[in-house]
Formats: sequence, structure tokens, C-alpha cells
Amino acid sequence: MSSVPVSAYLTLALILFCIGLYGALTKRNTVIVLISVELMLNAVNINLVAFSKYGMIPSITGQVFALFAMAVAAAEAAVGLAILIALYRNRKTVNIDEINSMKN
Amino acid sequence: MTFSGELLAFIILAITAVIGGVLLLNLNKVVHMVVALILTFVSIAGIFVMLSAEFVAVVQILIYAGSITIIMLFGIMLTRHRETTEAKGGGLRKILLLLGVLGFAFAVYIGIYNLDLNPQESTLHVNNVEQIGMALYTKYIIPFELTSVVLLVALIGAIVLAKKDDEKEANKE
Repeated sequence: MSSVPVSAYLTLALILFCIGLYGALTKRNTVIVLISVELMLNAVNINLVAFSKYGMIPSITGQVFALFAMAVAAAEAAVGLAILIALYRNRKTVNIDEINSMKN
Repeated sequence: MTFSGELLAFIILAITAVIGGVLLLNLNKVVHMVVALILTFVSIAGIFVMLSAEFVAVVQILIYAGSITIIMLFGIMLTRHRETTEAKGGGLRKILLLLGVLGFAFAVYIGIYNLDLNPQESTLHVNNVEQIGMALYTKYIIPFELTSVVLLVALIGAIVLAKKDDEKEANKE
């Protein structure tokens, strides 16, 4: 039926998720950590849309859920960036290693 | 698996998306990282078109490649962005994290590499936007309205968080 198997889409989503995970855990700049989290959410959206077409019973629900995930991701980005700006105003840094006031 | 135009399009889009992600990890300047990620977001929109989700693809370009990238660029410009993110030390930590992520990837990959669900013929590509609209306004009307509340709370919360210090300073004076 289709020349691209569903496992190819899932593998692409897995690779992007792992890139996002590695970036979120190793990068020092908080903005890059936030955008890596966005990349992870986007990889999950690929999975949702792939299963909405190639799942056992194709249905529009996967695409609707991907839209909801995008709305929540946009809200998360806005709030995360507002927290980042407030933090920068107080601490004068966006380096994630120096944001440790809850340590000790 | 025969070689076809669909497979070629998938390979090109997938390679572009992965290149964007690898550039995110390897570039030195923060602004370049975010711009590299636009490549990934646009290719993911192409993948959505291949999966007969045209509306999701358009929303992907509008929200991710458009607004989230721009808002992240604003966040970088408003904070200190001159310094390159050079990691001092922590080499062992990075290697351990890489091993952990690769282990996770391998564990998931052995679960999905020969997945075959024998899907039924889908009709998602026929009037895709109309189908999404019908589903959103009938079956998913309550989550849809709750999403608007989430967005409103996020908007107000972002404004309050970003304004807090100004009010304090105004009270002091």
C-alpha cells in the first residue's frame, strides 16, 4: 500500500527525540534547553500523526491530539521564556549551572 | 519495499531534519543553533504532509517555525548571548549521558524496527481540514474550550512573571 513503512516514521521520531533529550541534558544555555524540549514534543507529534494514519484503525484523533499538544507546547514556551527573563533580571545569567539557588 | 517518489521524499526530509538536530548540538553560537532548528521544524512539516495531515503541517510551520523560534530568538537577544556555550569540564558526564541516551534509543528501536500493524485504508487525505474541524467542534469540544483557558492562563502568567520586578521597583520609589 505505502512504500514507507510505519517503523521508518517511528525511527525518525526516535532519532529526533534522542537529539532533543541529549541537548536538553547537556547544553548550558537555558534557551537551548527550552528549545530542545520543544524538539522532543515535536518528535512525539510525529508519532501521533504517524499512528493516526498507519495505526490499526486510521482515525483523525491522532491529528487532533497533535494539535492540542502544539497548543500546550506554545503555552509552555511562553511561560518558560517569561521565567527565564525574570531569572535573568535577578541573577544576570542564563547559564544553567549557575542557577542553583534551590541547591543546599 | 520498492523505491518510489514517496520514499525519496521521506529520505530527503528525514535527513534534513536530522541534520538540523545535529547542527543544534554542534554549533557554537546560540543564535545559529535556533536558526538550525528551523530546518528541522520545516522538514517535520513536510513529514506531516506525507502522513496526510495537511492542517497539522500548516500549524507546525505557523507555531514552531514561526512563533516559537522567533520568541526563542527574542529570549536570546534579551539575555546575554555573546558568550559561546563552551562546556568547561564535564567530559565524563557528557559521555555517560551519551551512553544513556544511546541505550534508550536502542531499547526503543528494538521495539519498533519491524513493527507492522496492517492498517486499513485511511481516508484522512480527503477533506483533511474539514474532518479536523468536525472532530474538534463535536467530539472534542470540551478539551478544545479548555485549551483556550490554558492559553489565557499562560498569557497572563507570562505577563505577570515578566513584569514582577518592575512593580517592586515602582513600589520602592
